[in-house]
Amino acid sequence: MEIKEKESVVVRFSGDSGDGMQLAGNIFSTVSATVGNSISTFPDYPADIRAPQGSLTGVSGFQVHIGAEQVYTPGDLCDVLVAMNAAALKTQYRYAKPDAAIIIDTDSFGPKDLEKAQFQTEDYLGEMGIDPDRVIACPLTSMVKDCLADSGMDAKSVSKCRNMFALGLVCWLFDRDLNVAFNFLREKFAKKPEIAEANIKVIQAGYDYGHNTHSSVANVYRVETKNKVPGRYMDITGNKATAYGFIAAAEKAGLKLYLGSYPITPATDVLHELSKHKSLGVITVQCEDEIAGCASAVGASFAGALAVTSTSGPGICLKSEAMNLAVIMELPLVVLDVQRGGPATGLPTKSEQTDLLQALFGRNGESPMPVVAAASPTDCFEMAFAASKMALEHMTPVILMTDAYVANGSAAFKLPNLSEYPAINPPYVPEELKGSWTPYMRNAEGVRYWAVPGREGFEHILGGLEKDDKTGAISTNPENHDLMTRKRQAKIAAIPVPDLEVLGDKDDAELLIVGFGGTYGHLHAAMDELRAQGKKVALAHFRYINPLPANTADVLRRYPKVVVAEQNMGQLAGWLRMKVDGFVPQQYNEVKGQPFKVAELVAAFGPLLTSPKGEGQKS
Amino acid sequence: MEQAHVTSSPSPLGGSRWGAADFKKGQPRWCPGCGDHFFLASLHKAMAEIGVAPSQTAVISGIGCSSRLPHYMATYGMNTIHGRAAAIATGCKVANPNLTVWQVSGDGDGLAIGGNHFIHANRRNINLNMILLNNRIYGLTKGQYSPTSPRGFVSKSSPYGTVEDPFRPAELCFGARGHFFARAVATDAPGTVEILKAAYNHKGSSVCEILQNCVIFNNGTHDAVYSKEGRAKNAIYLRHGEKMLFGENNEYGIVQEGFNIKPVKLGEDGYTEADVLVHDAKCEDNTLQLKLAEMEWPVALGVIRDVEAPTYDDCVWSQIEEVKAAKKYHNFAELLETNDIWEVK
Ligand SMILES: Cc1ncc(C[n+]2csc(CCOP(=O)(O)OP(=O)(O)O)c2C)c(N)n1
Ligand code: SF4
Ligand SMILES: [Mg+2]
Repeated sequence: MEIKEKESVVVRFSGDSGDGMQLAGNIFSTVSATVGNSISTFPDYPADIRAPQGSLTGVSGFQVHIGAEQVYTPGDLCDVLVAMNAAALKTQYRYAKPDAAIIIDTDSFGPKDLEKAQFQTEDYLGEMGIDPDRVIACPLTSMVKDCLADSGMDAKSVSKCRNMFALGLVCWLFDRDLNVAFNFLREKFAKKPEIAEANIKVIQAGYDYGHNTHSSVANVYRVETKNKVPGRYMDITGNKATAYGFIAAAEKAGLKLYLGSYPITPATDVLHELSKHKSLGVITVQCEDEIAGCASAVGASFAGALAVTSTSGPGICLKSEAMNLAVIMELPLVVLDVQRGGPATGLPTKSEQTDLLQALFGRNGESPMPVVAAASPTDCFEMAFAASKMALEHMTPVILMTDAYVANGSAAFKLPNLSEYPAINPPYVPEELKGSWTPYMRNAEGVRYWAVPGREGFEHILGGLEKDDKTGAISTNPENHDLMTRKRQAKIAAIPVPDLEVLGDKDDAELLIVGFGGTYGHLHAAMDELRAQGKKVALAHFRYINPLPANTADVLRRYPKVVVAEQNMGQLAGWLRMKVDGFVPQQYNEVKGQPFKVAELVAAFGPLLTSPKGEGQKS
Repeated sequence: MEQAHVTSSPSPLGGSRWGAADFKKGQPRWCPGCGDHFFLASLHKAMAEIGVAPSQTAVISGIGCSSRLPHYMATYGMNTIHGRAAAIATGCKVANPNLTVWQVSGDGDGLAIGGNHFIHANRRNINLNMILLNNRIYGLTKGQYSPTSPRGFVSKSSPYGTVEDPFRPAELCFGARGHFFARAVATDAPGTVEILKAAYNHKGSSVCEILQNCVIFNNGTHDAVYSKEGRAKNAIYLRHGEKMLFGENNEYGIVQEGFNIKPVKLGEDGYTEADVLVHDAKCEDNTLQLKLAEMEWPVALGVIRDVEAPTYDDCVWSQIEEVKAAKKYHNFAELLETNDIWEVK
């Protein structure tokens, strides 16, 4: 047996939607994170959750990337592929590296299974050109049945434990401590200890199987840990981190948290998560549609809550009128857009960055709204907190953009200490203004004061009609409208945002890579790889998109070549060209609904650069 | 958060410390003679009698002539966007249940573009006082038919008459499992004040249909009941527990006939006062209440249905209290500890 030392390894669990691949993947990432490996995960769901068992459209995957040092993405291709049935092997093999180890359950490769997976012959490995030496072919289903024969469990429950056998086998391949997995299961099934013990038995059996038959496998992997950041960690998905960010911000601001929402993939988990936490006083209202989700949040904001509405692109279309109401009434509101593939219903479970211009401009009238975007699953926490703070302190709706990829992906999250986060101070109208206050009076930052209903002496009427700057009464005066438009614009423009950070060869890069939001990990990994080849490359990644960081033009003009890479047809590039005079970047655009592939980015960016010896092509 | 909750509910002595003038603001811009003027005066009066402070009151409307109303209120309020008043009021009430929330819409605002929110607010039974100013026309946009215009109605957008049937607001309210429905004529101040107070006292969503005349685009639509004399002849005031008598000298009554009800003249066809039905607004089953609400003659006024049921906002808050008591985490730091945590040393 050979033990392979690796810097990082990617494992992809795949099977039917009901095969519990996500749970297996989650446990494996937790077990790895516990030894200090860096982790990044990505679930790849089928759009069709009712697809027949064993069919090609019903395959779901869960990819886990573990690394000795920081990993930024779930990885392009996997080193180990678990395929629980023939359909999984057929559809998922393209995500495997040429030398990947492949684990299959031979019990799920019968004639019927092969037919459903559209194999032509019984030699499925040959058909796919897979070297049998790389395959760990085990009668997984029968072994699980044997293992649980005395458990008294019914056939269906037994079959649900198959994922744990695969997990045990993978744990053996990576020399993982099973106790962590056992504890995880005992906690998860605390109310059903017999289920926990059955799962544990199966994991052990899978592990032992690997151990006993290792001669048939090429290698065991070992991923050591470097650069540990000490601390307490948990595994968190982007959507959960977003929900946590809102909870943290509401607590920091001393406000109730209100969520008005309507279910939509891939944003629904935020509604699910917040609905659990009534013991923190969180109010969630599942509304009749997205219009009501946003409108009710505007009502809650008026009433003095930290108001949030969560959705994906199609829901943003429906919310835009009520968002605009919050713009003109100058009330705080956070609108979460977990982007998915569009237009219309598009690719509901897939990821894109195609809503950027909708977020910036998709409303009638001059309607400036701050737009921020989260760069990674854990960054969702930071940006949800930042968006809430911005909304509350500047009395404006704010759009927080994430995407299916960061929302469903997970990473190790160092438990935040709220006392280290900045205070949130909404501009409540000072008591001494009683008698002289009118609704559109502004503080030094140009922000309208907030008079929450219940305070005597500050009764006022807001609304969707333009108001007089001084009196707050309805006004169609042309000068006043022009003035109010400018004031709303200036208020947003004046919101302070952190400077754009440049990573990599910030002093002498030949090429600056520019991106925003959820592509951060892939762009960072591509930069690292190009630098490892000796090229001079830097990365500037936007999390604050409106207003743009003050040093934006500076950074964009500093480097000889700039490529804006995004999962749309050039929306950020267009926005930057509008905002930075004379800026004409190269563009890398892709709308496949899948995360970028680092290798493809490297292949695309490489030719933009001269070779390290200086004899490459001139541009 | 600094917030001064100074005054609140009605004074314990029974009287109110507020007069109608305390709720009044500005100069209404409606056309002279518009039914909205009359309704506004009754609303001011009702609020004064109810006695909730202006600072504890929010009036939330959509868009339309009728939705201008909040601008004439010295309370908190919003004149929002077309059709969304009920949804916005929902968020406001749920987030701050201490506020008394009035939601004001026209027939277009409430039943066309906002129909979805109207039914769901009723279904959820949110403690909102929902006013529907029904002039059977789109006033603000200068005279198109509305979802309450009768079939064949001629308007600018239906020069040959409409080819669709109208909603009957009570039917929609009941179909959505609404628990309170009342009706008044805008020009009938005592009748309007009475139902507004009943709506306030009802816990849950309370729909008040106000028959309002648009003098410009649909003049005369409620003529049969718009004057005192007309109401004496053509309307019946329903009061819980009282016999359903009407007419200038109470010479008519409502009686049951098979599964239906019908108006009869007492003394004719052998009907006597003993046959006349007693109004039961509190009856859970809305069959009879619906029949009353849909009578074309006489037009039923007053509180037609008023049934107690758990309100959404109360339930949201009591659930929060229950979960608080049941769960061990009550702040963000404690929430973090509910996860699987590992330590990297
Ligand atoms: C989204 C949107 N669609 C259309 C309009 C135009 N509009 C304003 S009010 C109105 C109808 C008003 O009718 P109703 O609610 O019955 O109020 P009324 O004026 O009769 O009191 C319409 C169509 C609008 N303001 N917003
Ligand atoms: S148009 Fe009709 S509804 Fe509008 S203000 Fe004039 S009379 Fe009233
Ligand atoms: Mg109308």
